[in-house]
Amino acid sequence: MNTEPKTSTKVISFIIATCIALYILFPFYLVVVNACKAPMMITESPVSMNGVSFSQLASNLNDVIHNVHFQFWYAFGSSVIITVVSLVLLALFGGMAAWVICRNKTVWSTLIYFTFIASMIIPFQAVMLALISTFRDAGNFIGIPMLRSIPGTIFAYCGFGGAMTVFILNGFIKGIPYELEEAASIDGCPPEEIFFRVILPLLKPVIVTVSILNGMWIWNDYLLPSLLLGSNSAVKTLPVAIQSFVGSFVTQWNLILAAALLTITPMVIIFLFAQKQIIAGMVDGAIK
Amino acid sequence: MNKNTSGQRTVSLACLIVGVISLIMALYLDFMASKELDIFFMGIRLSGIRGWALIIGALLILIGMYKYPTDTHHRNIINFIFLFPLLFTFVVTVIIPLILGIGYSFTDWDGIRINEFVGLNNYARAIHQPAFIYSILLTAGFVIVNMIVVNVVAFLLALLCSSKLKGVGFFRAAYFLPNLIGGIVLGYIWQFAFSKVLVNFTAALFNYGYSVLSDTKLAFFAIIVVYVWQYAGYIMLIYITGLNTVPREVIEAAAIDGANAVDTLFRIKIPMIASTITICSFLTLTNAFKMFDVNLALTGGNGTVTDFMGSRLTNGTEMLALNIYTTAINQNDYSLGQAKAVMFFIILTAVSILQVRLTSSKEVEM
Repeated sequence: MNTEPKTSTKVISFIIATCIALYILFPFYLVVVNACKAPMMITESPVSMNGVSFSQLASNLNDVIHNVHFQFWYAFGSSVIITVVSLVLLALFGGMAAWVICRNKTVWSTLIYFTFIASMIIPFQAVMLALISTFRDAGNFIGIPMLRSIPGTIFAYCGFGGAMTVFILNGFIKGIPYELEEAASIDGCPPEEIFFRVILPLLKPVIVTVSILNGMWIWNDYLLPSLLLGSNSAVKTLPVAIQSFVGSFVTQWNLILAAALLTITPMVIIFLFAQKQIIAGMVDGAIK
Repeated sequence: MNKNTSGQRTVSLACLIVGVISLIMALYLDFMASKELDIFFMGIRLSGIRGWALIIGALLILIGMYKYPTDTHHRNIINFIFLFPLLFTFVVTVIIPLILGIGYSFTDWDGIRINEFVGLNNYARAIHQPAFIYSILLTAGFVIVNMIVVNVVAFLLALLCSSKLKGVGFFRAAYFLPNLIGGIVLGYIWQFAFSKVLVNFTAALFNYGYSVLSDTKLAFFAIIVVYVWQYAGYIMLIYITGLNTVPREVIEAAAIDGANAVDTLFRIKIPMIASTITICSFLTLTNAFKMFDVNLALTGGNGTVTDFMGSRLTNGTEMLALNIYTTAINQNDYSLGQAKAVMFFIILTAVSILQVRLTSSKEVEM
């Protein structure tokens, strides 16, 4: 019985793994290196380290950050606000809805649950055109603009993220023993307090999972904000800003890659710190 | 039971009444505003605050319901209040646009108004458009190739990363890294890699700089390369989790019976992770179908096809999702775009149901 692989196979698989890693990380290297170059040097040698300098990186970043089409800090701020608020609302509303659906075995709760599940297959393309007109009409009607506004976008993310959030949270709540709630109820705890004091604290790990899945989607999403915010509006998320920036600077690769570097960096930093949670969250979300 | 029941009842009723009044006022102002009538009260333009009146009214009604002193219906009231926010956003953003969208696809909707009902005319226009048929075929080809390549690559990576390997944590993280980045940014990074770096490389090798993205056929494979690069790491993680669920005893028992590594792989590991394969192929299928960002940023759907159904096409790399977008947004043909979107929805639903049926029938009960 020898399950331990031979040293030679170990070395070979290590070499293969390293080669694949180099291939996968190569585009990141290209971004970093070329964001530090002047345009001329990129045309000359896009792969080598020639012409890399920090002063050039600083000047590229400076150009990008203050570009009128990009406006990095505004875009970054809008992206952060939209993502964070949507995640908090989705976790809260999703938890509340999933708890009600899970603990009430009535016809309507089953109906709502299956509507949520069935809706997960609807592609965004099937609703996006009518969504724009619905939001425009609703905004005109109630007097609060839903298009080109951050609250409108957050509202849309709550609607689109709701189904998956409820689905995952519902699976978790099923596993929480009902006796816990009965005990609290006998002690005179009203249902809303049962949820906020007993259930919500227990949901913490699964809320992390859901927030990672939703967060990756909302932060990187392009189509929804580009339609709801419009590419010329003052409010932009980072992907929309990148798109409108590149549209205006087709050939200036040093600036495009500097912009890419700015967009990638926050994600990579978060990943380095929360690697375990992110990987576990992505896998859990897919399996459930 | 409750000492201040009467006080609570007063608060509750006050909230309800103010809420209903505020809501009615807001709705009245809404209807007036939709007829472009502004109403002033003590110098304040009431139409300007109608949105806030609506929100505050709705909130007050919810608070009034919550405060209402009743023991028998309290649970139901809480259920309603808890379900309301998510269900409301869901209905407004998904259900209503879906129903309206399907309805609009039978009209001459231009994104703003409807003049007449045109029946199946939009659908007929869509299927008589060579560019659209081409997009469907291209998407089908992409989905099939992509599903096979991503799953095979991801599975091999998973085997590599679940063997005893030095620095396995680093490799997993490195392989997963591309998945963190949005399709738009990623598309531009690879556009740079293909149009600047690879061109230089082929120029040095063959004395002729070859741009992959300007050749329609090669650009299709370029999209696949990028998509696999982005997606394989994620699918790999799911396969690793699946492989870890295969019990050690089973593998050891097979080894005692004289099974070699290949036998163990094909006769034990793969059948035992069939449910993981179902999940992964479902994910890759639906995601490849809906691919939009990479397509937009990498090629923009451009590419020349000299002869397809007797016409010359310029959308040689345009997948369905992008085709719907350009039809509606760039060519401003909303009703045609919506009809295509409905067809897209139907195809996607049919294919995913079929796929789950097919693969889950091969699953082994553990």
